[in-house]
Amino acid sequence: MAPELLIFEAIPPTFTLLPPVFRSRRVRVGVCSLAVGLLLTAACQPDKDVVVPGDAEGPAPAPTPYALVAPHKLFPAFPNTPNNPLTVEGVELGRHLFYEKQLSGNGTQSCGSCHQQSKAFTDGLAHAIGADGGAPHRRNTMSLANVVWETNLTWDGAGTSLEQQARIPLENPVEMHQPLIESVRKLQGIAKYPPMFRKAFGSSKITEDNVLKALAQFERTLISGNSRYDRYAAGDKTAILPGTDEFQGLTLFNSHAVPGIRGAECFHCHTPVTFTSPAGQFFNNGLDMTFADPGRGGITGAAVDMGAFKAPTLRNVALTAPYMHDGRFQTLMQVLDHYSDHVQLQSPNLHVSLAFSSNNSRTGRMDLTADEKRQLVAFLHTLTDSTFIKDPRFAAPN
Amino acid sequence: MKFPKLTTLLFSLATASLLFASCDDDEDQPATGSVDLEFENVVGNQALTLNASTYYTTEAGDQFKVSKFNYFISNVKLTKSNGTTWAEPESYHLVKQAEENTHSFTLKDVPTGDYTQLTFTIGVDSTRNVSGAQTGALAQNNDMYWSWSSGYIFLKMEGSSPQAANPGNLPNGGPLQFHIGGFRKPNNTVQTVSPSLPASTALKVRGTVTPQVHLKADLNKMFAGPNTVRFATLAGTGHSSDPNSVKISQNYAAGMFRIDHIHAD
Repeated sequence: MAPELLIFEAIPPTFTLLPPVFRSRRVRVGVCSLAVGLLLTAACQPDKDVVVPGDAEGPAPAPTPYALVAPHKLFPAFPNTPNNPLTVEGVELGRHLFYEKQLSGNGTQSCGSCHQQSKAFTDGLAHAIGADGGAPHRRNTMSLANVVWETNLTWDGAGTSLEQQARIPLENPVEMHQPLIESVRKLQGIAKYPPMFRKAFGSSKITEDNVLKALAQFERTLISGNSRYDRYAAGDKTAILPGTDEFQGLTLFNSHAVPGIRGAECFHCHTPVTFTSPAGQFFNNGLDMTFADPGRGGITGAAVDMGAFKAPTLRNVALTAPYMHDGRFQTLMQVLDHYSDHVQLQSPNLHVSLAFSSNNSRTGRMDLTADEKRQLVAFLHTLTDSTFIKDPRFAAPN
Repeated sequence: MKFPKLTTLLFSLATASLLFASCDDDEDQPATGSVDLEFENVVGNQALTLNASTYYTTEAGDQFKVSKFNYFISNVKLTKSNGTTWAEPESYHLVKQAEENTHSFTLKDVPTGDYTQLTFTIGVDSTRNVSGAQTGALAQNNDMYWSWSSGYIFLKMEGSSPQAANPGNLPNGGPLQFHIGGFRKPNNTVQTVSPSLPASTALKVRGTVTPQVHLKADLNKMFAGPNTVRFATLAGTGHSSDPNSVKISQNYAAGMFRIDHIHAD
């Protein structure tokens, strides 16, 4: 009995039980957007009387609110960003800045150099190479897909808001390597920017804060939710057909192994529907016995956090090789080989989901078969969102 | 004999007029007050420390360590001796041992009076599992949600035990991973409890002071009570609900939560 029940609950068709929830949520989001819009209008009205010093054109018109749209009903509500409400003008400015090479010390790199749209905003390298060339970054470039929902940014959660995070790669000597104040000075002298800042933030005098805000606004629009998995999850049962490798892989992905049921345990850390760490969670996934990179432990100093990293999004994972915080694995099959057969069980504070699997109760390893690994890889390919990587709204401006 | 009776009458009249006078003045006698609920997680008579260097011991004698302990408290209700019940609106709270600021919360706008019973659900009611806003304590990314079966994990306990299966020879023993949830028959794990108030104590809600109800949650009661759990035979529950999850929920409903004391002022 128990196995059948488990299978029933483990298979995603139960998604279809949800509609009433999300209908009401959509209404709520709508109301929220309205409220934000009203607030925005209200907040901007007093500005009409204020003439910014040095702004010869006088007061700027209020920018147009930009409403984020969830790809489908399973996505969570958008977090509020009252200190940086999205506007059409702010997002557009952010896009220009994202692809602006003058934000690097030697003018050779923009954010988009390492966060390439065609690779779901990664770079295909094990370790990112910064504007100066030379020593590579110690970590692998992370995708920017769906960062709007993330509360801990980068592998160790050093960033807690996109505004705060954006300064790090701009200034880091092994990344773009230019003090933000210098970037502001350069932007002020590039003809297109002062008017764009004026439209977005009411003043053509550029500030560090407004550079970071615009970049964060653009990043919040990078939403990926139109993969084949999404069509399936949103109710199109023909998008992933029962009996296919993809379907079997999805079931394995979402299953916890218990006697009689095989499971790959993936969902514990790569939690749908964003397929990332739950808020504030970091994991030692058993790569090493000792840690060249302390990961989360480098932030908290706690022994229990040493060698623990954020579980990155698996959306578009077929496009984001190589894998792991240090890019050590070239293929998804190598990643599955690790979780199945090579987890360092003695590694200090190994995450509990990897510490014992009833798939093989003699060794405690996950011990996936070659077929199961193939099925999981097939499922992971259904997370590729081909519209996301071609969306002209996310591409470099002409 | 008559004299005292008259005194009593006069006294009553005086009291009554005082009462009326004070009723006219809303500032002196507010209609509502607040109550703080504090949850202190313990193991038997020891404080709970995550990732401690030494082992705790279950009532049946198994050793274990704890790396995570989270649970939902929802649908909090207060009842007066006359049966009048007040229910907290939008009553969903998530207690996480690792996050100090989640260990207490305040019930607001509680009608004043003397309450004799506290009632709450351990977990999330079935209605809210399938409808309503998933924000605040109920946000999906709080590490307490099974997205594929559209339901909340009501209680999570993770750790390790030398008595649990440990073929990988893990240094702290085999893993323990109890994720309790599920609201559908036959494996419904929604549990509602009314831990009794300390003897001859009422929870006096006044506008002027905020009483603090100090509860102790004994993690050991997950594994003792109606269904004794030994880690050699049960070191975890299947994700989504299963019969073992129901047994553990019966255990923690029977004895985990106890009102230790109430600070009246």
